[in-house]
Amino acid sequence: MSAAATADYEMVVGLEVHVQLKTRTKAFCACSADFGAPPNTNVCPVCLALPGALPVLNRHAVELALRAALALECKVNETSVFARKNYFYPDLPKGYQISQYDRPLAEKGWLTIGELDEHTPVRVGITRVHMEEDAGKSVHDRYPGATAIDLNRAGVPLIEIVSEPDMRSAAEAGAYLRLLKQILSYAGVSDVSMEEGSLRVDANVSARIRGTTKLGTKTEVKNMNSFSAVERALDSEFARQVELLRGGGTVQQQTMLWHGTKGETRPSRSKEESHDYRYFPEPDLPPLVLDMEWVGRVGREIPELPDARRKRMAEEFKLSAADAELLTASAGMSEYFEAVARASLDPKAALNWVMGEVSAAINAAGVTIDQFAVRPADLGELLRMVRDDVLSHTAAKRVFARMVETGKPPAQVAAEEGLQKIGDDSALVGWIDEVLRENPAEATRYRNGETKLQGVLVGLVMKKSKGRADPRKVNQLLPERARS
Amino acid sequence: MKPPPRAPDLARKLLAQPLTECVACVREGGALPSDLVSAAFDRADDVGAGRESLNIFLATDRVRATESAKELTALIGRAEAPGNLAGAPVAVKDNIATLHMPTTCGSKVLEGYVSPYEATVVRRLRANGAVIIGKTNMDEFAMGSSTENSAYGPTRNPVDIRRVPGGSSGGSAAAVAAGIVRLALGSETGGSVRQPASFCGIVGVKPTYGRVSRYGLVAFGSSLDQVGVLGRSVEDTAIGLEVIAGCDQLDSTSADVPVPRYELEKNARLDGLVIGKPKEYYPEGLDPRVAERCERALDAFRELGAEVRDVSLPHTSYSIPVYYVVAPAEASSNLARFDGVRYGLRVASESGLTGMYEATRARGFGPEVTRRVMLGTYVLSAGYYDAYYKKAQSVRTLIAQDFRDVFLSGVDVLFTPTTPTPAFELGAVKDPYEMYLSDIFTASANLAGVPAISVPIGTASGLPIGGQIIAGHFEESAMFRAAFGLERALAGKALPGEGSA
Amino acid sequence: MAVTREDVVKVAKLANIAIDDARLDALARELSTILGHMEELAQVDTERVLPAEGLSSGGQRLRADHGPADPLFNAPATFAPEMRDGFLIVPRLATHEGSPERSP
Repeated sequence: MSAAATADYEMVVGLEVHVQLKTRTKAFCACSADFGAPPNTNVCPVCLALPGALPVLNRHAVELALRAALALECKVNETSVFARKNYFYPDLPKGYQISQYDRPLAEKGWLTIGELDEHTPVRVGITRVHMEEDAGKSVHDRYPGATAIDLNRAGVPLIEIVSEPDMRSAAEAGAYLRLLKQILSYAGVSDVSMEEGSLRVDANVSARIRGTTKLGTKTEVKNMNSFSAVERALDSEFARQVELLRGGGTVQQQTMLWHGTKGETRPSRSKEESHDYRYFPEPDLPPLVLDMEWVGRVGREIPELPDARRKRMAEEFKLSAADAELLTASAGMSEYFEAVARASLDPKAALNWVMGEVSAAINAAGVTIDQFAVRPADLGELLRMVRDDVLSHTAAKRVFARMVETGKPPAQVAAEEGLQKIGDDSALVGWIDEVLRENPAEATRYRNGETKLQGVLVGLVMKKSKGRADPRKVNQLLPERARS
Repeated sequence: MKPPPRAPDLARKLLAQPLTECVACVREGGALPSDLVSAAFDRADDVGAGRESLNIFLATDRVRATESAKELTALIGRAEAPGNLAGAPVAVKDNIATLHMPTTCGSKVLEGYVSPYEATVVRRLRANGAVIIGKTNMDEFAMGSSTENSAYGPTRNPVDIRRVPGGSSGGSAAAVAAGIVRLALGSETGGSVRQPASFCGIVGVKPTYGRVSRYGLVAFGSSLDQVGVLGRSVEDTAIGLEVIAGCDQLDSTSADVPVPRYELEKNARLDGLVIGKPKEYYPEGLDPRVAERCERALDAFRELGAEVRDVSLPHTSYSIPVYYVVAPAEASSNLARFDGVRYGLRVASESGLTGMYEATRARGFGPEVTRRVMLGTYVLSAGYYDAYYKKAQSVRTLIAQDFRDVFLSGVDVLFTPTTPTPAFELGAVKDPYEMYLSDIFTASANLAGVPAISVPIGTASGLPIGGQIIAGHFEESAMFRAAFGLERALAGKALPGEGSA
Repeated sequence: MAVTREDVVKVAKLANIAIDDARLDALARELSTILGHMEELAQVDTERVLPAEGLSSGGQRLRADHGPADPLFNAPATFAPEMRDGFLIVPRLATHEGSPERSP
């Protein structure tokens, strides 16, 4: 359907985002929360739901959930309550999920999107942030006729962030998700990777005639594996709903699955209608009563959020708005830049290098900035060596390449490769004389007053010295050697 | 060191002595723990504890019990502290997780399941020198008041084998009553320790909710469940509770309240103690034999210098309806894990996963468990939650307030009958709700979370009758003090109409 | 409130217990009788009463974020009904029959 065909309808979107908290151990037991272990090895009586086992809540999980809630401007409830959500599924060991239901950890927050674009910023309300545990993993395609269950992930701590239906387009939903991801990453709450499953998005979408205020019947869209998939799924589902409504039909409240390869949403085949979760307060966990002083401390200790960092960096390092925006898109990148800028005492060079050489190198290596071999202190030292004329710019690039390969500090690489600038007169004189001898025509023209050839000759000397010659000294020495 | 002469009959005699004497003898090297283990197993043979007769145990492990007894002997040889239960043979209810022996909860769904970890209470027993000799029979998942609901056949009452031992901790009560062990662990949700203790003529303690860790106790009604102790005497149960009580990092509901030493002074009077007699526990239709023994117990209290005061707990009559909403609701969720996926019974089905779930649970659960899971699922389901579950939890608040008010009014403990009648015959109670009424005097303490003890207060036609002492939260000391005084006052005092009549 | 045969069927589905047709009516009667006794709770005025919410007051004790977990003395393979390559194996879900797609 064309955009024009949907023009008289408005999309209404609310998002439910599940985020895995960055803890060492699971939410309710001390099993490792790491990915990648052989199946069913990060398990214990509690997360296997053995008869008699009981949950005990991870303090750090609460702290990270609080950080997220406070970063999203939520009001934290002094008392919140865990509940049991009862349903049978083979990767849900207890037959219920421990989650928060009618008394969540935090409520009534917001997030402002589109602040940097030219149009008006949109404030998206956060209905609630609550804590829960993840289920295990069901693998349906490994053995014929059977489902394989791995409970390593069972019990890993999650928060669910539920937004108000405040978004009006797929683009707004995308902007919300990108900003949310950025904030959670800055706050150190989560790895927020959709690929690794540490961030999952379900979307509630409905359509209504533009100008009306009553919400239409919504569907819940699941199974999107990237932000752009969310955007495409929303557009597709919206178009489907509008087509239905235009034809005089009604939208059915149901769960839709996004099929990325076909580019369409289809009703889920799971028997959603029979769900009666029989929520009741989890008797194994007393109400979570927070020490509000602790909550205050957690709030004060939240790492700097993107907005604040953007403004601070622009001012402190004299960056353009565009550069600051680009740099702070990723928490890791901006931290890296700041460390380099401080170590090098040269923010401008730091910016050029981080946006240029460093970005190129991590993209080429396919690693994240945290995994990058060159530590910011070492890059800072490298830039200082350039500034102090110990290395030429050309040599610095070669040193950097070696640092990327070896992780060694710049001084050591420069020494090993013999790349430090050579300012020693006798060596320089030797190279200059050789160049004059090997290029008699240019040498003659230069002697005859064609001074613009100075640059060419210096370049040749630099080349001969493999970049090690100190160009300032070569420039000084060249005229007198030419005369002699 | 050359051990002094020991004889198996010394061990047999010790088994009939108070725990303190038995343990002291072991610590001083006067008796070998392995002899006590042998004496316990011999006694079990003598009384007919086996399947065909009393049917007390679902599992025993003589070999391993003997091994642990020998390790204990080595410990004593190295002069290391063997603990407050050194060498004492102990029986453990089958819903408490133990290594090596199965933990079936009296259910087919866990037939042959051996727990790969051990309950905190069992770890504490072992750390204090107890030797676990077996797992005791019980109503399936502790749902019942007669031990007739065990998937492995009923336990019989050692006092009268035509009668039930009570339940659900019937096997543990019978093991103590038959003289096989001095001490056994049971569990309580609505009276499952006190009621069988009363039926078998022994002492049974339900501690304050949170006093004892539930880690490793297979959950029935999580907000009500508590591990309890059964013993021959008040003192024995106090020693047992001291060992298993205390905060546990593995149980969020275990309380961080220090466990005192339960000092029981011989010949101590109860001057100044105020004993409440709640009228709701003495209804008009109460079995006259029970009423009579209670009055005599109250007289005994008065003789010891205590003041008996008439009090009221106005919401008492709601305790059974509240209990039979809350406990099944929690049970329906707690028993969802028995799904044939990770452990226990799995019954294959042609209709895939759902068929497997349904067949496994249909075959695995007995009729009473099915009934309660269905009841609990119903009261939690959409449309009924407020009318049943929420309502029941609100009335529960009022029941708890009754206790708080009465204890705030200056009453130290309450005294009531433990059960409305003495032990009934096997098969005598057929209607489920009539069976539920066995808990009528005990369920309130679980709903309010307060501690309570059942003490023998006499017999009628040879059948034991129990009196119940209820105290405020974490006031087990007052409870034991009153119980100890009563026990001593009644000792050897044959009441009219008692004996073989 | 009388529990109907249909209620029993619905609840049995939620509880995942197969109930013989022959038992359905009896179970409906039993549950009705038991629930009948619960009706007296309706008489109690609980308008200003908060439902009991766990008996341990003072909130929840939290655990430090480190191991080790309470160990298993025997691995799952020793007690699980069916395992393959370390995975627990169950019959495939009807919703995934014949489909290679992953769980939502």
